[in-house]
Amino acid sequence: MWKYIRKRLILAVVILLGVSMLIYLLSMLMPTDYIDRQTAPALSNGTMTLEDVTRLKELYGLADKSFLGIVGSYARWLGGTFTGNLGFSFLYGKPVSQVINEYMWTSFTLALIAFIIETAVSIPMGIRAAVNQYGGYDYTVSVLAMIGTALPSFFLAALLMNVFCIHLGWFPLQGLTTATKIFAPDAHMEIFLDKAWHLVLPIMVLVLLGIGGLMRFTRTNMLEVMNSDYIRTARAKGLSEHTVIYKHAFRNTLIPLVTTLSGSLPGLFGGAMITETVFAVPGIGYIALRATMQGDIPFIMGYNMFLAILTVVGMLISDLMYMVVDPRVKLK
Amino acid sequence: MKETKKVGGANPRQEKAKKNSRYTDVSGAEIIQDENFHVMSPGRMVAKRFFRSKLSVIGLCMIIFVFVFSFIGPFVVDVTWGYGETQVFKIERVSSMVTTADFDAADGKIYQYYDESQSHIYFKAPISWEHWLGTDTSGFDIFVRLMYGGRISLTISFLVIFLETILGVFFGGIAGYFGKWVDQLIMRIVDIFFCLPGLPILLILSATIASIEAIPAEHRIYYLMGCLTLIGWSGTARLVRGQILMLREQEYMMAAETTGIPARKKIFKHLIPNVMPQLIVTMTLGLGGIILYESTLSYLGLGVPFPRAAWGSMIALADPSKGQEILANYPNMWVPAGILIIVTVLGFSFIGDGLRDAFDPRMKR
Repeated sequence: MWKYIRKRLILAVVILLGVSMLIYLLSMLMPTDYIDRQTAPALSNGTMTLEDVTRLKELYGLADKSFLGIVGSYARWLGGTFTGNLGFSFLYGKPVSQVINEYMWTSFTLALIAFIIETAVSIPMGIRAAVNQYGGYDYTVSVLAMIGTALPSFFLAALLMNVFCIHLGWFPLQGLTTATKIFAPDAHMEIFLDKAWHLVLPIMVLVLLGIGGLMRFTRTNMLEVMNSDYIRTARAKGLSEHTVIYKHAFRNTLIPLVTTLSGSLPGLFGGAMITETVFAVPGIGYIALRATMQGDIPFIMGYNMFLAILTVVGMLISDLMYMVVDPRVKLK
Repeated sequence: MKETKKVGGANPRQEKAKKNSRYTDVSGAEIIQDENFHVMSPGRMVAKRFFRSKLSVIGLCMIIFVFVFSFIGPFVVDVTWGYGETQVFKIERVSSMVTTADFDAADGKIYQYYDESQSHIYFKAPISWEHWLGTDTSGFDIFVRLMYGGRISLTISFLVIFLETILGVFFGGIAGYFGKWVDQLIMRIVDIFFCLPGLPILLILSATIASIEAIPAEHRIYYLMGCLTLIGWSGTARLVRGQILMLREQEYMMAAETTGIPARKKIFKHLIPNVMPQLIVTMTLGLGGIILYESTLSYLGLGVPFPRAAWGSMIALADPSKGQEILANYPNMWVPAGILIIVTVLGFSFIGDGLRDAFDPRMKR
């Protein structure tokens, strides 16, 4: 078992190295330097010279765009990454790791709540649909689930805003806090409620988009289990349908569910770029989209690396969980 | 009754069937068809099972509708109304704004302040007989723009899925067939591409593409979608490799082995055709995903450039960061585009599901 884990870990490191090379190369090809944009007015009115700009770029390792230069700065960047130093974000004026750490918790809260609601709603739905395969409930829920997966997030967000914010006026349109209100510093409850009130619609969007996939996944796996021999045996023994479904079938459906769900946990830190941007929730996705549009290269690299690490960790967790949950799995 | 017909043999119908029979048995003798004996090709069996499912027929109708709408629609509009997506209409209408306010005057009475201002608006015309969905903020006909937007979305999604499949089949096929270090190498590359975050990488690439001056602005989206294939092929490669690893061990492959045909032929004539059913299903289901990607990029303003239409950029008009006016008062500008996206993506998933059930009834779920 330890051998297997070690093998997986080595593989993860190899993948991350490859991903980091690709991301670094792609970011380096990006032309819209934040420095160029920031210094353009100073250059045109003569307060800065071209040499100053070049010096600034050298400071950030962006000056030399030849192949060797990129390799050299990649090595320096990688070295820094191992010590936890991802560079300095131009746009936010702070170290990249600090910016990520600051904003990822908002995204995580948002995504975690959505994740819990999604799981709680879609798993029972999937089981019921599988038990009544091709029944009315199954068709309705399956079609609704498919519509959910076909919705573009920005369109769903616009629809919800139109109905709930503008016509009904129940929820605020954008942001995380009410800008016009001033809270006392010790009014934690009020601040919390205000934030929760702002997050209702973004969570709703994430839940509606995610429910379909998870429901169908549950249904597919449940059907597979329901068609297996030991379920027929259980029925032949004369067990009640309830026992057959929830004690025999559902337990085995849990294997793929637990592996997939635990594997998607790290991804919750990554942020929902479009949803956060539409609702102007200052999470990591919103921050990253702004940085990308402005050409803040150190932040872009740091963020993409962060996402890649989350994906790799997720894969690792789901592989390991598979082994923990299913004792039949033999390891090479 | 039937028995006599069969024995009689001189039945003209059976005579006809004998002539047209395309089926021969191993020794080369023709298999005689009569009405009690139907030979159905696998393709026809799949088609029959496909059309038996209601959802897949609905999906097919949805996709046919979208195709007719966005590929034939522009021609019809061009012939009958004689304009395209960038025709500006200035339709004048007067909008009056009334403001009232109460105030306490010096004499102690409450007076009402009343002001009516009139302004002329040329754009954002409401729904009318000439413009079925009105005109947008630039005076373009929304209905016509929906057609052109669909054309872009559908063209791009088909291009991307075909390129992705070609890449995936090629690398997956090689990895699955040769195994050993070739497999290891290709699968590690696949892993790396699999871990790339899709949307952020596309954002980076779009900035890079925009800076290359040799590429005209209208063509940027095609290059960008080309990059999407480079990110997206890894899934197909995994699928193909897995299938080929399984098929490689089967008896018919051993038979192929003994005939001594070259590896290229074994892969592309004996293995890939057997992966086709699954590939077609994945391709159909993938089309919807690419349409969503394309519309997201257009929504962010990275799709086809401004005067040209895309569904995503039409929905972007409702972005509340640019003001709530359109989001609140002009649903005719952005709701139809969203509905078309849903119809297209949903249609593809219905068809994909139907195909999966039709290809392999055992997998029906």
